[in-house]
Parts: sequence; C-alpha cells; structure tokens
Amino acid sequence: MKIAVLTKAIPSYESSIRIDSSEKWIDESIVNFVVNESDSYALEEALQIKEQLNDNSEVVVVIMGSESNTSKVLKDGLAKGADRGIFIKNDTSETDPLSIAKIFSEQLKEESFDLILSGLQSDDLGSGQTGVLIGELLNMSTATLGIETKIEDGKIKVKRELESGWFQWVTLPFPASVSIQSGINEPRYPSLKGIMGAKRKEVKLVDAQSVSDSKQKFIKLFLPKTEKVTEKIEGTVDEIVSRMIDILKNNLKVI
Amino acid sequence: MILVILENQRGNIHVFSQEAVVAGQQLSTKLGLDLSILCLGENASALKEQASNYKVKNLILAQHDLISSYSADGYSKALDQIISELSPKYVLMGHSYMVRDFLPRVSAKSDVPFISDIISVTYHDNVPIFARQVFNAKIVTNIQADSNNNTTLLSFQSAAFSSDNIEAGSPENQIDFSLNLDTSDIRSESEPEFQESASSVDLTTAELIVSVGRGIDSQDNLPMIEALASAMGAEIASSRPVVDMGWLPSYRQVGSSGQVVSPKLYLSVGISGAIQHVVGMKGSKNIMAINKDKEAPIFEIADYAVIGDLMEIVPKLTEEIQKNK
Repeated sequence: MKIAVLTKAIPSYESSIRIDSSEKWIDESIVNFVVNESDSYALEEALQIKEQLNDNSEVVVVIMGSESNTSKVLKDGLAKGADRGIFIKNDTSETDPLSIAKIFSEQLKEESFDLILSGLQSDDLGSGQTGVLIGELLNMSTATLGIETKIEDGKIKVKRELESGWFQWVTLPFPASVSIQSGINEPRYPSLKGIMGAKRKEVKLVDAQSVSDSKQKFIKLFLPKTEKVTEKIEGTVDEIVSRMIDILKNNLKVI
Repeated sequence: MILVILENQRGNIHVFSQEAVVAGQQLSTKLGLDLSILCLGENASALKEQASNYKVKNLILAQHDLISSYSADGYSKALDQIISELSPKYVLMGHSYMVRDFLPRVSAKSDVPFISDIISVTYHDNVPIFARQVFNAKIVTNIQADSNNNTTLLSFQSAAFSSDNIEAGSPENQIDFSLNLDTSDIRSESEPEFQESASSVDLTTAELIVSVGRGIDSQDNLPMIEALASAMGAEIASSRPVVDMGWLPSYRQVGSSGQVVSPKLYLSVGISGAIQHVVGMKGSKNIMAINKDKEAPIFEIADYAVIGDLMEIVPKLTEEIQKNK
C-alpha cells in the first residue's frame, strides 16, 4: 500500500506571534517551526499500518512551505521511519484552503496513493479542510476525526469521533483520505539509526504551481479584543474567598 | 439567496444550526437577500416541522433514500446539486463535526470557497467580513471572499450567535427539492452511532457547573472538587486532559470533542483555557475561573478572574458556602 502523510510545519505553541507590517501575516523570523501536533499522530498511524501489513508498503511524508520552515520537520518524519519525502516548495503565505489543496493535488495525483493521512487540523490556520479537499479533488473516499483505524478486506475502517462522546465506525474503499485526531496512538521518537538513515532517503523537490486565484483572502490580522469586563480577584485566601462568596450570593444568586 | 442548512442531532435541530439560522437572518437583512432554510437528508421532515415557526422566505426539503442517514459522499453530492440549481450567495452551517466531515468536499466539488469556524461578522460598505481565530487563538484574522465567487460556504463557531435570537415567523414558501443520487455515489458504509460508556450526564441542561482541569495535578485532589460541587449543587465537568488521563469519564468532558454547555455559572478550576475547551463553554452566562497563572487564556473570557492557588481556595470556599446555606 502506498501511504502519504501530509505534515505541516507550524509555529510552536511557545513561540511569540507578532503581526508583521503588512498586517496580513506574522513575523516568521522570530518563530520556531515544529510539526503540527495531529500530523505527528497521522504519521505514527501510517507507520503502524505499514508495520501491520508487513509487505512492501511505502510511507511518504509530504510537506509544503519554505525550506527554512519545513526542513527540520521533514527530516524528523524520515528519521521516524517514513520511506521517502516530497517537499513542495512554496514561499508564499497562501491561506485559502482550496488553493492549498489544489497545489497538493497537482503534485500528488501522479503518485496514485492508496491512502492519504493528515492531522485533523493545523494549529496555526485551523481551517481543518486540507485532507478532505484533497480527497475530493483526487476522487478518493474521505473520513475525518479518526481515533482508530483498521485495514480489513481491502478497505479501511475508521472510528470517527462525533460530538458529545459519540462515535461511529465507517468503512471506506481505497483510495481514501482520512484525517486523524490527536491521541489516537503514541507517536514514536526517532531512533539514532533512523536519524542516520534519514540522510540517505529520497526527497523529491517540486515547486508549488499556483493553480488558481485565491477565493478567500486574509485582509487584516489583529489581536483578540476582550469584550468582557473581567474582575480580577487577588489577595490572601481569606480575601479571595470572601469576595467569591459575595459574588456567588449577591451578584449571581446561586448560593 | 442566503441558504442555511439544518443538521439533525438525534431527532432535533442541532443547536449550532439554530445559531446559524440567526446568522442567516442577520445576513439576509443586512444584504437584502432572501433567506432559505434547507432540511437535508437525515430526519429532514421532522427538522422541517421544527423550523416551521422561523422567520424565513423559503423552507426547502431535500430528501432521498440514499441520504436518509448521513454520509460525506451522499451529503456532498446532494449539496453540490442544490448549489448549482439555486446559486445561493452564501451557504451557512454550524461548525459541527459533521460539517468538518463533508463541507470541504462540497467546496472542492462546486469549486467554491469555504470559510470555516467563523466567530463574528462585520460589514464594510455592505460587504461581509468574516473573523476567524488563528495561531492557537492568539490572533484573529478578517477574511473576505473574492467578489467573483458565485457561492461562499460559511460555518460558525458554537455560540458565535445566540439561538435565543431566532426571529419567529412563518415560511412564505415550502419547496420540495428533488435530488438525483445513485447507489454508486455512496462509497462508504456507516455503522450506527454509539457511546463508549453506559452512563452519561447531560451537562447541557445544568444550571451550575464546576469544571476541573489539569491544574488539579492529581486524581487524589478530585474529592476536594466533588465536595465543592456538592456544596453548590453543581455538576462536575472537565477539560480533555483530565479525561485523557482517566481521572474522569469522557461524558464529563466539555469542549469541541465533548459537550457544549451554557450554564448560569461555569466555575473553572485549574483550566488554562485552550481553544478546544473554550468553544464548549464560552456561551456560559457567567464564567468564574480559578488559576494561579495570571496569563492563563481562560481569564480573557472570564467575568471573574480568581488568581490564586486552587489547593487553598477550593477547600475554604466549600467551607464558606456550607456556612452560608
């Protein structure tokens, strides 16, 4: 089976995020790029599927972005066990999910992957659309929010997380594109052997070809406005608790 | 035309859909476009009945045996047909897990943009501007759809609009839309929905909730929280990490993968306020948060920010509440 894993390099949670002078993007120079959390679960799931099948299956890490932002994440994916990589070089900060998906699809269609796994959403832009869009563009079946997968009778069974603690199993024929929820497995760390071996693995470099005009655009970034008037309650424990009781009793009338 | 699609949630109109109706009614008034509501597929007749007192121009029913239960294949094919026939300027839904599952398919199929998880709408020269949270909610971005788009798909974050603000009225026209679907369109097979745990608690109707996060450090500190909840007559809820660590069952979880609640008081204890949690509780009438980190994001949406050590505050608070009874 030929499996692609879509990974994205995103600013780490600890990075400070500053809006740049265009007000349409952030200052990337002060940001530390790391792998998107749910993508690392998607990679682990792909590696486990390959290990279970124990045949000549292949796991390919696919990443798009500028070289400086993505190279560490790509190397890490290869070190963990992906067989090869595809690096789609794109120095623009395209934010339209459909345009992004079209760029991926253009590069992936000739590969004829049986399975595409991706994290359910990126923690930077958070549109949560890429895996599903690519699935549709490449005429694959799709499922989202997978928290368990099984390969059975030439199909993939996906346990989908629904709202409010509900779940559902769906069975998809290949080719399929499935997005993965965080927590589905325990992502491995790269071994020393893996790190050494990663250098010899093939990485195909392709240039992102702009496929159409963006159908939606960021027009201005800004800091969240706090609409609420928040009362700060600080002091000694006695002071804090006495103010809390006053609020619960007199303002909210809940005790 | 503005088209709002209603989602079935175990027999009723999903609360996110009700909020999308409010968004649709406002967008329709602002832009001077007719509002249509679409009852699609699963349980559509019952949803239509429930929507019959909404103020709306057209109430549309689109049913077919092949989408009598949800599938991404069936719903995306059906909506693609509806969009090409009706050419709505905007299609609105709540940002539910079902919407994440199939609306991107429609975006690619119909070649129209999908602006997801919108938190608010403003207008610039009568052109709607949609705001979304990006970079872990540290930044907000305003997004505009290209004016050449025939249709733009929109989904709204829970509580971006309040379902209390639905304008009542009655539909002027009732329309049956006939769909053209073939068995070969549905490639996936879905099994019935299920819950993992036998017992469950409906937190959505709770008036008072005490919710606990990673900040309690250990399962051993749960009895202290239970004592507080019991003194207040509140239900206990939690953030995802507490469930992932197995300290509380998953049906206690509030957030995007748990329940969405709007109690009179949400008292959060040791919860930092990650966006996945906040979407599940920001609709609460009053939010009081206890956290020792004064930078905790939860304080941005709190009415009362209690900055201090929960291990000291909670037992004392419980004691004082009992005295006040």
